[in-house]
Amino acid sequence: MKNDIGHEISPALAKKLGLQVHKKATVKDTATLAERLQKNGKLMDSLEDAIRAAGLKDGMTISFHHHFRDGDYVLNDVVKKISEMGYKDITVASSSLSNAHAPLVEYIKNGTVTALQSSGCRGKLADAISKCEVTLKQPVIFRSHGGRASAIANGSLHIDIAFLGVASCDALGNASGTNESGESMCGSLGYARVDARYADKVVLLTEKLAPYPNLPASIPATDVDYVVKVDAIGDSSKISSGATRYTKNPRDLMIAESAAKAIIASGYFKDGFSIQTGSGGAALAVTRFIEGEMSEKGITADFALGGITSQIVKLHEQGLVKKVLDVQGFDGEAARSIRDNPGHIEIDGNQYASPFNEGSAIHQLDVVILSALEIDTHFNVNVLTGSDGIIRGAIGGHPDTAECAALTVIVSPLIRGRIPCVVDKVGCLITEGSVCDMLVTDVGIAVNPRRPELADRLKAAGLTVKTIEQLRDEAYAVVGKPDDLKFGDKPVAVVTDPQGRALDVIYNVVQ
Amino acid sequence: MKLVKNGTAGTMESCDILVQVEKTDGKKVSVELDSSVMSLYGNKIREVILETVKECGVSGVKIVAVDKGALDCTIRARVKTALLRACESTEYGWNVK
Amino acid sequence: MHEKQRLRRTMMFIPGNNPGMMRDAHIYGSDSLMFDLEDSVSMAEKDAARMLVYNALKTIDYGKTELVVRINPLDTPYGRADIEAMVCAGAHVLRMPKTETANDIIECEKVIAEMEKKHGIPVGTTLMMAAIEGALGVINAYAIATSSKRLIGIALGAEDFCANMKCQRTLSGAELQLARQTIVLAARAAGIDALDTVYSDVNNEEQLLYEARLIKDLGFDGKSVINPRQIAPVHSVFNPTEKDITKAKKIVAAIKEANAKGSGVISLNGKMVDKPVVLRAQRVIELAIVSGIITKEEVDAL
Repeated sequence: MKNDIGHEISPALAKKLGLQVHKKATVKDTATLAERLQKNGKLMDSLEDAIRAAGLKDGMTISFHHHFRDGDYVLNDVVKKISEMGYKDITVASSSLSNAHAPLVEYIKNGTVTALQSSGCRGKLADAISKCEVTLKQPVIFRSHGGRASAIANGSLHIDIAFLGVASCDALGNASGTNESGESMCGSLGYARVDARYADKVVLLTEKLAPYPNLPASIPATDVDYVVKVDAIGDSSKISSGATRYTKNPRDLMIAESAAKAIIASGYFKDGFSIQTGSGGAALAVTRFIEGEMSEKGITADFALGGITSQIVKLHEQGLVKKVLDVQGFDGEAARSIRDNPGHIEIDGNQYASPFNEGSAIHQLDVVILSALEIDTHFNVNVLTGSDGIIRGAIGGHPDTAECAALTVIVSPLIRGRIPCVVDKVGCLITEGSVCDMLVTDVGIAVNPRRPELADRLKAAGLTVKTIEQLRDEAYAVVGKPDDLKFGDKPVAVVTDPQGRALDVIYNVVQ
Repeated sequence: MKLVKNGTAGTMESCDILVQVEKTDGKKVSVELDSSVMSLYGNKIREVILETVKECGVSGVKIVAVDKGALDCTIRARVKTALLRACESTEYGWNVK
Repeated sequence: MHEKQRLRRTMMFIPGNNPGMMRDAHIYGSDSLMFDLEDSVSMAEKDAARMLVYNALKTIDYGKTELVVRINPLDTPYGRADIEAMVCAGAHVLRMPKTETANDIIECEKVIAEMEKKHGIPVGTTLMMAAIEGALGVINAYAIATSSKRLIGIALGAEDFCANMKCQRTLSGAELQLARQTIVLAARAAGIDALDTVYSDVNNEEQLLYEARLIKDLGFDGKSVINPRQIAPVHSVFNPTEKDITKAKKIVAAIKEANAKGSGVISLNGKMVDKPVVLRAQRVIELAIVSGIITKEEVDAL
């Protein structure tokens, strides 16, 4: 047979090679760039149009990112619109859920949302879930950041439509977490990039369209289906709040200072080392106390990883940290730096923490400093549920980094209010104790018995090393031994490990 | 000690407990407790309150307490202060025990 | 009797009606803690604060930290009850505010002795310190400093002092110069400690360091602080330098050598070492151990 242009093609040959036969080009678009940008098929007039165009159906899974943390508007706005449009039985798979997402309670009650997947959950929504005040069709699935990214990549978490708020975006979807004006910037879009790459449909929401081409882009236009302009995507001033704020709390600072001393004495504080500080006042503040030692001894870090703060940026700009690998910005300074500093590089969730690929950054990590809500005498850590059993935190990258870093330092006060943080058994298992090398508290350091060499180095440096049982006893001596919590028989959430396997089950609390 | 009026002590600040003491008919001592650490220490807090009331030799009283994670020594101090205020008493009971 | 001679680089102030700060205030490493029943507590809460501090002192293990309580003056309705409660609670030191004359201390001491007797505590157990917070107190500083064997030191309270002097606190500290010098002179003459006033801007570490250096140079033993974040800067000023320590170590080694020989004369590099130099070296070593710069084992091995 002949194709449209009259050249001979054997149908059998084409079939054998799995090729279709060429058809004549449709009429060529001769409009100018400016005209094309005006009429392109991606740019939607409204969120409602975008939802419809993306083909949302009852029962689908939609995803969001949490780069605006407590300042996020996108999730609430999209779910509200979806509810108004009458959709039901939607699974919300956000990279995390925060205090800002209390309105979800209403949309679970009215049947719009029936399942949740997240890294964490806080506030009214978390309370309602823990107390069974809302009913979901299945327990919430909690994944770590690395666990989520790899689950999306390998298909175990399938996203039908991703709704992603971006600080800048052109009419075709080249998008970034920064912009020239600096308004509504979240910095890195590391988690969102995974959704953009693997979701069936991708809808970007932005406040102001950038001229084409908005490059370099975190999310390339080729991963994007629809773009819609909205009034506001988030309040960037709320990114640095709660667990990511710059602490002046003397207890946090004292713990941070001890942790810095422990790291310096650990044997891992060497020229060319790598480091990550997790969220939480004390963990983030460790940077401030190793800075002096770094400049004094001429030690530089090859890279700093993770959630990035102004404190890490400062080290980078002083030349003490060569490269900053940023999956998530923890403050405005991190957002500015990722835009302006060529050595401050955005990485996606899989580049950050895929458990299945040795090339992910966590596998090259020397030292990670991580917070804990509670830690038990086996060094198991809980960062998800409170002492009352109610969900109030997030897994984040805790188990991902703890598992892979050569030195995993957990920081926690011994007691919060009347709540002992070193206990016999954690209420919820997030990171297994065998990978947590030491606990630094405000009254001393406990080293995991699996790492006797670390204990020796710390003692030689004159640091107070105790057993973790001693720390637990000290806590109980002040606040008393707590009663065992009473749980109901309804599983409200399942915690998975970075590889996506079930790790623990959270049951409803009973008053 | 004898109750002559209602008494209050403490605050709603973190690590404190707000204790209100009300005179009731009869000899009963009742405790109404709300605590931020109820599930962990509710029983213990109740015990400390009752112990302190007993030590003061007071009966016919209702204690309403809102706890924000106070230690036992704080709970004792606040309950005793509220009782002394309600009894208009200065029997502080200082001792070296 | 509680320890009269000890290191008092920092005395951290804790409002007496604030249980949140009482649980473990000692972990920040100030040499002394001062629980306040006076100015930080309103009239309506004096009874509550007293009861709270009493229970805290009796229950909480503050380790080796010196425990000071600032009581209300005896001419207020709270002074006597404060003294009885804190003597019973085992406070190491009672701090008398607004001391004007030696008699203020003598009157307080009488009540302390009375309470010690009443509760079967050996008379003299409870120590005292006097805060001088006005012009008259400064003029009477030596008389105050020598008014009781219980006194461990005298302290300057700058806010009240400035109000009394009708002047303002300045960055240079000129307004306090004479008061500071008079107090340190009186304290040294009486053989007790001289302790400086608080610096209340917690976020201005530079000025805190300036004040700490100034008072150290004047001869003070330490400074009151109002926030745990102020402890390390003040200690850094009072801690001995590496040079001081090296020199002190040599002298301590020479002392040991002299003791071993049964000789009363201590000599270093062929020169005799004078008593004041020996005392100073011992103090440097003590400070260096407490501040964690050297270990006791290191000194024992000299």
